[in-house]
Amino acid sequence: MVDRIRNLGRDGGRGDDREGKERDDQSTAAAPDPKAAVWARVQLARNLRRPRTLELVAEMADEFIELHGDRLFGDDEAIVAGLATIDGHRVAVIGQQKGADTEENVRRNFGMPHPEGYRKAMRVMELAERSGLPVVTFVDVPGAHPGPESEERGIAEAIARSVGLMTRLRTPIVTVITGEGGSGGALAIAVGDVVLALENAVYSVISPEGCASILWRTTDEAASAALAMRMTAADQLQLGVVDEVIAEPAEGAHTDPAGTARRLRTVIVRELDRLVAVPIDLLVDARYRRYRSLGAFTELPGVTPTPPIASRPGLADRLRSLLEAGQRAIPAPLPVGRRDEPPAREDS
Amino acid sequence: MPLKFPSFRSRREEYPERLWTRCPSCEEQLFNKQLEKAMSVCPTCGHHFRLPAPVRLSQLLDEGTFMERDPGLISEDPLAFVDQKAYPDRIAAAQLATGLRDAVIWGIGQIEGQRVAVVVMDFGFMGGSMGAVVGEKVARAAEGALAERVPLVVVSASGGARMQEGTLALMQLAKTMAALERLRAAHVPYLSVLSDPTTGGVFASYAVMGDVNLAEPNALIGFAGARVGAGTIGQELPPGFQRSEFLFRHGFIDRVVQRPDLRRELAQLLRYLSPEAPEAARG
Repeated sequence: MVDRIRNLGRDGGRGDDREGKERDDQSTAAAPDPKAAVWARVQLARNLRRPRTLELVAEMADEFIELHGDRLFGDDEAIVAGLATIDGHRVAVIGQQKGADTEENVRRNFGMPHPEGYRKAMRVMELAERSGLPVVTFVDVPGAHPGPESEERGIAEAIARSVGLMTRLRTPIVTVITGEGGSGGALAIAVGDVVLALENAVYSVISPEGCASILWRTTDEAASAALAMRMTAADQLQLGVVDEVIAEPAEGAHTDPAGTARRLRTVIVRELDRLVAVPIDLLVDARYRRYRSLGAFTELPGVTPTPPIASRPGLADRLRSLLEAGQRAIPAPLPVGRRDEPPAREDS
Repeated sequence: MPLKFPSFRSRREEYPERLWTRCPSCEEQLFNKQLEKAMSVCPTCGHHFRLPAPVRLSQLLDEGTFMERDPGLISEDPLAFVDQKAYPDRIAAAQLATGLRDAVIWGIGQIEGQRVAVVVMDFGFMGGSMGAVVGEKVARAAEGALAERVPLVVVSASGGARMQEGTLALMQLAKTMAALERLRAAHVPYLSVLSDPTTGGVFASYAVMGDVNLAEPNALIGFAGARVGAGTIGQELPPGFQRSEFLFRHGFIDRVVQRPDLRRELAQLLRYLSPEAPEAARG
């Protein structure tokens, strides 16, 4: 994330253009290096001229009324929200909004929302629920703002609450990953009945730079991390996280924002037509099952439960060093006295 | 920490690792058996050591009441993830080191005679990271608590979502929150205990959403890693940033509770919040 922000500030739009051309070269090459190909897509997803929520909505909606403020603290310009009419569907629209230039990026905090952004989103979702309006969200975020003010005002609480709200919201939700799907800051507005993604969008649990710095101990391996996390839209479709990938105009969304919006609009309208016809109880149930079933695990039959006290309570580290030393068989459960009682306190 | 124990400031030159542990906070050499008796809280400075999940269970639950559920869940490798090491190798190493199958245990037990669904995480297993198994067990615990109408207690210890499972790990935030929302709608209480550390996707889903949030003293609790925050913003971090007391000051933690008091405090809360709230259980 650190590097991402620095890059955003430093490179302007030019670096991304270069990357975009590289990507085109590679896509025509006979045997593209998979790591470079994935990284080129990450750069496309981050392209500064990629159409943002307001631009897309302006293109696809007949009308848009922006609503401001979370009624608790302020108005976070990194998230925009409002009411729109798209091909006769009256909907609530919510999306992250990166800036087009440095000045706007400062105002919009490079599209990284603070808690109040997510609280504004929740407020508008609840309004949509009460008014019987479907919700359409556009996701394009490096990550939620990671600074102290964000933590002080409860960024984790805002994300958790928003995710929870969306799992039970009694109105249809269509979500589109349009650019960067950056972790919890993305998911907070990306729980939907259907999740769409633009072709060059990416979606990941942590930024590739963050992943590389933890697992490879250097951000130089960000491309390796991007490849390992399978963060492209096509990969996300395979994993079942995304339901449909929408092709972008030839050179990528940034070369034809209007064309991108038109393609998006067709699919969004089709999905709205389909979802508003489903009884709301069934819809919310199906949404619950969608998220309930994501994730891969095996259930071994006939496994004996962990005994209530598996081993003497020592320190995790000490226990591990013991076990790693090949003494795994030794720690038989010690007789447990009254260990569950707090030690006597002299002041009690 | 008002706990008073004999000082172990002996004149020894050597402290065999099997018998002694050095407190990372005050650097006192602590005799393991004494530390154990003190619930792995440093008698000198009050530092709360991290606990393996089985030990946490034994500290919180009435002896012999815990029945583990879904013990057979193990992770798959949906991305075929390889960094310096392949994901299945990391899991195997963690299983060997901890004796657990993944970073969480859940089951039904009793706290001072009150039945609860209890989930305990283990930071020793790949940093307590949340992949599909952790998400599934937390969701099943919430669904189990709902079905039996018993309160849910979750003790978190996690660095966040498990990177090796990619966005499928991220989706566990939605999975667990979906189950918790149903629990909340059915008015079944949920108590969240945050221990050191509770960060990232675990903090930003079930850990922060307790009806009551308790935290152990000085536990690292936050959304973004402290280094990320500082590096990005280039500003000085407030004192005690992302520690329990910081979260308490800002209104996200109800009570900071010393480990020896945790069981009693949970029992006390349960007597108010349990769906049945049986008269007999009132002291």
